Amino acid sequence: MGSQAVAMGSRAPHRGGMDAAIALTGVVKRYGAGKPALDGVSLTVAAREFLAVVGGSGSGKTTLLRLINRLSDPSAGEVRVRGADVRTLDPIVLRRGIGYVFQGIGLFPHLTVAENIAITPRLLGWDRARQQARAAELLGLVRLDPAYATRFPHELSGGERQRVGVARALAAHPDIVLMDEPFGALDPLTRDALGQDYRRMHEDLGLTSVMITHDVLEALLFADRIVVLQQGDLIADGPPATLIAHPHPYVRELMATPRRQAERLGAFLGGAAH
Amino acid sequence: MDTRFQTALAYLPDYFGNHVLVSMTALALGLAASLPLAFVCLRRPALRATLLTATSIVQTVPGLALLALFYPLLLGAASLSAEWFGVSFSALGFLPAVLALALYSMLPVLRNTITGLTTIDPAITEAAQGVGMTRLQSLRIVEIPLAMPVIMAGIRTAAVWVIGTATLSTPIGQTSLGNYIFSGLQTQNWIFVLFGCVAAAVLALAADQLLALIETGVAVRKRSRVVAGVAGLIAIVAIALVPAFAGGHARYLVGAKPFSEQYVLAALIKQRLDANGLAAGQRDGLGSAVILDALAANDIDTYVDYTGTIWANQMHRTDVVPRADVLAQVGEWLKRERNVTLLGGLGFENAYALAMTKKRAEALGIRSLADLAAQTPRLSIAGDYEFFQRPEWAALRAAYGLNFRTQRQMQPEFMYPAIAAGEVDVISAYTSDGRIAQYDLVVLDDPKHAIPPYDAVLLIAPKRTDNRAFIDALRPLLDAINVATMRDANARASAEGASPDQVARWLWEKISK
Repeated sequence: MGSQAVAMGSRAPHRGGMDAAIALTGVVKRYGAGKPALDGVSLTVAAREFLAVVGGSGSGKTTLLRLINRLSDPSAGEVRVRGADVRTLDPIVLRRGIGYVFQGIGLFPHLTVAENIAITPRLLGWDRARQQARAAELLGLVRLDPAYATRFPHELSGGERQRVGVARALAAHPDIVLMDEPFGALDPLTRDALGQDYRRMHEDLGLTSVMITHDVLEALLFADRIVVLQQGDLIADGPPATLIAHPHPYVRELMATPRRQAERLGAFLGGAAH
Repeated sequence: MDTRFQTALAYLPDYFGNHVLVSMTALALGLAASLPLAFVCLRRPALRATLLTATSIVQTVPGLALLALFYPLLLGAASLSAEWFGVSFSALGFLPAVLALALYSMLPVLRNTITGLTTIDPAITEAAQGVGMTRLQSLRIVEIPLAMPVIMAGIRTAAVWVIGTATLSTPIGQTSLGNYIFSGLQTQNWIFVLFGCVAAAVLALAADQLLALIETGVAVRKRSRVVAGVAGLIAIVAIALVPAFAGGHARYLVGAKPFSEQYVLAALIKQRLDANGLAAGQRDGLGSAVILDALAANDIDTYVDYTGTIWANQMHRTDVVPRADVLAQVGEWLKRERNVTLLGGLGFENAYALAMTKKRAEALGIRSLADLAAQTPRLSIAGDYEFFQRPEWAALRAAYGLNFRTQRQMQPEFMYPAIAAGEVDVISAYTSDGRIAQYDLVVLDDPKHAIPPYDAVLLIAPKRTDNRAFIDALRPLLDAINVATMRDANARASAEGASPDQVARWLWEKISK
């Protein structure tokens, strides 16, 4: 595994030990015969760290995320959240304490925006007034018009829906947020705006964030640290700067792509200016 | 306004009320059974398949047969319960109708609930899990609301089916809008038939639309719509309950088999009881397999049966015995085996017989069944639904070697026009039927006495055996009606425009003079 070979970057707080918000040790997840979806992955995420998980489809990214809030359980190995083995925790309580932004959003179509946002507070038994106040507060935080509270998801644009998805994940004041390709289906402008907004919230609220993405540029721009998954193996783990010189050719290639594209773009635009 | 329409209107509160009560109770029971079952088998595919198959099979049983099957079943359960727990309940009418209809309502509810819940986008259910819902919360907050349109569609289908099928609960003793249809068919009162059909259809549509109102109200969160829908349903039930609470409940019930002579006689008996201050009601259109059991179980208090029917169907006798001996032996048997009292004969006989048009009989030179036997391979016969299953038919065939070219079952009302039009050559007829004269038919002689005598007799339920007032009210009917008078009454009942009640009043006028 590549993680031991990688030096720590300047943006990453120190990790491991008691400070780890999330710690996976030798995690294997098998679905039937053949190569496991996750094949012995060890990984720690420090409190207040922003981790991006990068990899192609079938690399095991989503599986990794689902293990953290016990949407599924590992075939072998151990998952710890805030120091506790998740198998000793009630999965319902665990999930209510972790924000989750789903791939494809997963808003409840029959509930209003405010009801969607306040769903976890409702499950936690908050009174109605407090749920409504929290929903209004979060609409502001994700920069949506307060009038959206009474609308239904189908009345919103894709970007607006994803903002609601983020708001829902943050509603019950979680310290950990898991995001599965949160901005994947959005147009580039919306995506950048939402990414920056989220990074700001991550800082302001002191969150621990794990974001899955197949977009390396997004990972480089927003995350403190990047891990790369390839067919169930964790092949790289480190701050963006160090991965650019990673020994694994796939990782080097992956990290070089945005810069190469930027250079081509620069040359193209520069040429066009003359 | 047509008098038949007015008569129909007068029955409406009773028939409508009973119809609503039996169908709403059945629907409520069906929902109470199917909805939890649907949830239980949601994650058990094997159980789900078994359940859906079982309810599909129930669905293929014709409504009338399903309803009829519940009567003997409950009768057995009632006698067991009386024996073991000392608790006895009536197996007639309401209970079997409700159970059979509830069973009938289960398929659409089960199927739609399961379909609705299993076709929800898995991304949504995973999101429900991810935000921290328990299994029950996920069902309550997310899955059931999303599946609601499909579930409600199933409930609406079930409501329409149950309200429609409830018309078939008349033959097992449950008053319903089917009373119009059954008695209308018997007495050729098409206004009654139409009235019953339209009333049932209107009720079904109203229930469907009110459920739709609730459904859309829930979907678009218009509380006013939900309230209006629920209020409408409550109003229907409330209207249905009015006749049940108003007016004294009939303490004495008179049963009638489903043909017009029985309707007239039941109406006559009811009028006699009412006239003697004994509040009476009628249970019209009871199947002849059900009616004696109902009497023995005290579900009804009295009805008119025919000695030959009991002789052949209940006592399984095929021997030839003089008329008076049959009467005596039937009386003894009823007392001994069923604890039923045979009060006495009404004075006429309504025997099964084979009849032909006078013209055809003369042309073929047929006077008796013996003459008929030689020609049967070229002739066709029509009988009512019971006839070909009855022991009398077996006895006739055995005695005379009858072997018809074709044999058809028909509603009696259509048998007479059919023979008059020459579509069939021979029909099963009743000797007291007014239509024998009306259609110019001859009854063929039975020289070998293969068919037993059919004296009309008044039977009394076990619990009324020692009820002096009751017996005294009925006594004037004994030996009071001769066959010509009964034929006349039957002809009047079959004619356009006369209700059994009117004919019964005419009959009493005639015999009390």
